[in-house]
Amino acid sequence: MLNLLQEMGKRGLGVFERLGRGCILFYNIIMGLHTLIPRFGLVVYQVYSVGVLSLIIIVVSGLFVGMVLGLQGYNTLVDFGAEESLGIVVALALVRELGPVVTALLFAGRAGSALTAEIGLMKATEQLSAMEMMAIDPIRRVMAPRFLAGFIAMPLLAAIFSAVGVIGGYFVAVGLVGVDEGAFWSQMQDAVDLYDDIYNGVIKSVVFGVVVTWIAIFEGSDAIPTSEGVSRATTRTVVHSALAVLGLDFVLTALMFGEI
Amino acid sequence: MTDDILVKTRDLCFKRGERVIFDGVDIDIRRGSVTGIMGPSGTGKTTLLRLIGGQLFPDQGTVHVDGENVHELNHGQLYQLRQRMGMLFQNGALLTDLNVYDNVAFPLREHTNLSESLIHKLVLMKLEAVGLRGARDLMPTELSGGMARRVALARAIALDPMMIMYDEPFTGQDPISMGVLVRLIRLLNDALGLTSIIVSHDIQETLSIADEIYLLSGGKVVARGSTDELNASKSEWAQQFLKGQPDGPVPFHYSAVDYADDLLNGHPGRAQSRV
Amino acid sequence: MNTRIVEIWVGIFIAAGSAALFMLAMKVSNLATYTDDEGYVVTAKFEDASGLKVRSPVAMAGVRLGRVTDIKFDNQSLEAVVTMRIESQYNTLPKDTSASIYTAGLLGEKYVGLEPGGDEASLQNGDRIKLTQSSMVLEKLIGQFVSKFLNEDSSDKK
Repeated sequence: MLNLLQEMGKRGLGVFERLGRGCILFYNIIMGLHTLIPRFGLVVYQVYSVGVLSLIIIVVSGLFVGMVLGLQGYNTLVDFGAEESLGIVVALALVRELGPVVTALLFAGRAGSALTAEIGLMKATEQLSAMEMMAIDPIRRVMAPRFLAGFIAMPLLAAIFSAVGVIGGYFVAVGLVGVDEGAFWSQMQDAVDLYDDIYNGVIKSVVFGVVVTWIAIFEGSDAIPTSEGVSRATTRTVVHSALAVLGLDFVLTALMFGEI
Repeated sequence: MTDDILVKTRDLCFKRGERVIFDGVDIDIRRGSVTGIMGPSGTGKTTLLRLIGGQLFPDQGTVHVDGENVHELNHGQLYQLRQRMGMLFQNGALLTDLNVYDNVAFPLREHTNLSESLIHKLVLMKLEAVGLRGARDLMPTELSGGMARRVALARAIALDPMMIMYDEPFTGQDPISMGVLVRLIRLLNDALGLTSIIVSHDIQETLSIADEIYLLSGGKVVARGSTDELNASKSEWAQQFLKGQPDGPVPFHYSAVDYADDLLNGHPGRAQSRV
Repeated sequence: MNTRIVEIWVGIFIAAGSAALFMLAMKVSNLATYTDDEGYVVTAKFEDASGLKVRSPVAMAGVRLGRVTDIKFDNQSLEAVVTMRIESQYNTLPKDTSASIYTAGLLGEKYVGLEPGGDEASLQNGDRIKLTQSSMVLEKLIGQFVSKFLNEDSSDKK
C-alpha cells in the first residue's frame, strides 16, 4: 500500500518535472526564433520534411473523408428531403472539426514521430552535445527551425485537407448521388461563415500545429539516448499528441462555438 | 598568456544521483602539452570533459579554462569560450544528414561570415591535415569508425581552437587507424600549438604521446606524472592499472556478500529477461 | 537532397496551402458576398425578432442588400432593435420602406425582408424604419389566421 502511494507520488512528480522541462524548452525555442530571421533557409528545409512529405497522406485522407461525409450525409439528409444541404454538412464538418483534428492526428503520426526520432537519434549519437561543444546552440539550430516549420505547415495542411475534402464531398454529392450543383455550393456558401467557421478552423489548426510540434521536439530532446529510449519517445509523441489534440479541440470548440 | 596553466580544476566534486563521481579532483593542464587522463571504465572521465566544457555543473569546486571560471560565465560568454575549445566525441558525432565536407564546414558557416570560396579552402586544408581530402563527398554512414573520428577531428580544428578534448579516441580501432590517430593527435598538437586532453583507458597509446598523465580512480587523482614517472611509481594501484593485472588493489570481484553465504541463503533469482 | 528541389517543393506546398485557404474563403464560405465596412446603417424596431441572428441577410425583392449587424433590446419600448447595414450601391430605398422578418422556406433561417414605399426621399445613414412586422412565430401565425377569418365573417354579416 505504502509502496503504491510512493510509486504514485513518484510518477506524479515525474509528470510535473517533464511538464516543467517541456515549458522551459518551449520558452527557449520561442526565445531562439529571432535567430532564424537571417537564416530562413533552415526553416524552408524543415517545411519540406514536415510539410511536403506529409502532403500525400493528407490529400488522400482528405479526399476519402470528404467522400465518406458526402455518402453518410446524403443517407441521413435524404430522409428529410434535405439533400440540398449536403454541401453544408460536408463543409462545416470539415472546416470546423475534421480538417484541423484529423490533420493534426495524421501530422502527429507522420511528421511528429519523425521529428522525435530524428532529434532523439541526434541526442543518442551525441550530435546535440557535439553542437553544444562547437558553441552552436542546438535549440536554436535544430529545434527552433523545426518548430517554426510545424507552425507554418500545419494550418496549410489542414486547409488542404478541408479543401480536398470538400472536393471529395462534391464528387459524391454531385457526381454520384445527383445533388444539384448550384444548390450544393450556394447552400454551403450561405451557411459557412468566414469568421465563425473558417478563421476558427485555422486558429484550431495553428494551435494543434504548435502543440504537436512542441510535444514531438520535447520528446525527442528528452528521450533516453538509446535505441529503446528513442522508440519509446516516438510512441509517446503519437499518444500524447493525439490526447492533447482531442482535449484541446474540446476546449477550443467550447470557446469558439459554445457561446457559453 | 601569462598563465602557463590552461585548464585548472580545484576541489572538483560531482555526484550523479547518490553515486559520487568526483571527490575533490585537482588537475592542471599546461599550455601546449598533451595530457592523458586515464582510469578504469566508469570513473567519470567523460564527465570530466563535460565539466570542463561547461555542459555539466559541479556540485562543488571550480573549473578554470584560460583564466575564466567556466561555471560562472553566462550563456553568451560560455559559447564564446567554447568556440576556442574543440571536442572529439567517442563516435565522432558527425551530423548524419550532412556529408563530410559540410560537416567540417559546419562550424565555419555557423560562426563566421566567410565567403564560400574561403570556406572551401579552409575545409580542404583541415581535411588534408587528417588525410581525408578525398573523402569529402562521402556521407557519415559510409565512413569507418576511424575515418569518422578523423573527420570529427578536422571539424574540431576548423575554428583553430586553443585546445582539443579527446573522448576515448582509440576505443574500438584497428591497429592501423589507432596508429594514425595517435600520430595525428601529437602532430596536430605540435603543429597548431594546441593543448590536448586525452581521456582514455588505452594505456600504451596514451603513454606513447602524453607529456603528463593523470590516473583517476574512486573519484580521486591517484597518480600523476610523465610516462617514466608513472612506470616508476610505487603506487600499487598505478602498477596494476598500467600492467593490466586482473587482481590487485582493484579487486576482481564486485563487492558482494560472502560466496558461501550467498549459495546457502540466497534467494533464487527471478527470470529477468523479457526478450 | 538537392536544395533546389527542396525549395521548389516547399514553394508548391505553400502555394497549394494558400490556394486551399483561398478556396475555403471564396468558394466554401460567404466571403464572396461579404462587404462589411461599406454601406449605411439603418435600424428597425420589432416586437419580436426571434430567430433573427447577427449576419442574417437583409433582402428586398429577393435580392440581398445587406446584413443584420446588431440586435439589442430597448428598455423603453420593450422591443427588439435590429441594426442592419445596407450596401451603399442600394441608396435609393424610399424613406417609408417597411421591414418584416421572414423565414426562408418553411423551416429555414430568418431574414429581414424590405418592401418599398412611395416616398421621394430615400433612407439615409442612421435612419429608422418605422413600419415593421415581426417574426412569424408559427403559433402566432395560426392565431392571426383564425382571427382574420372571424373578422371577415363578422364584417360579411353586417
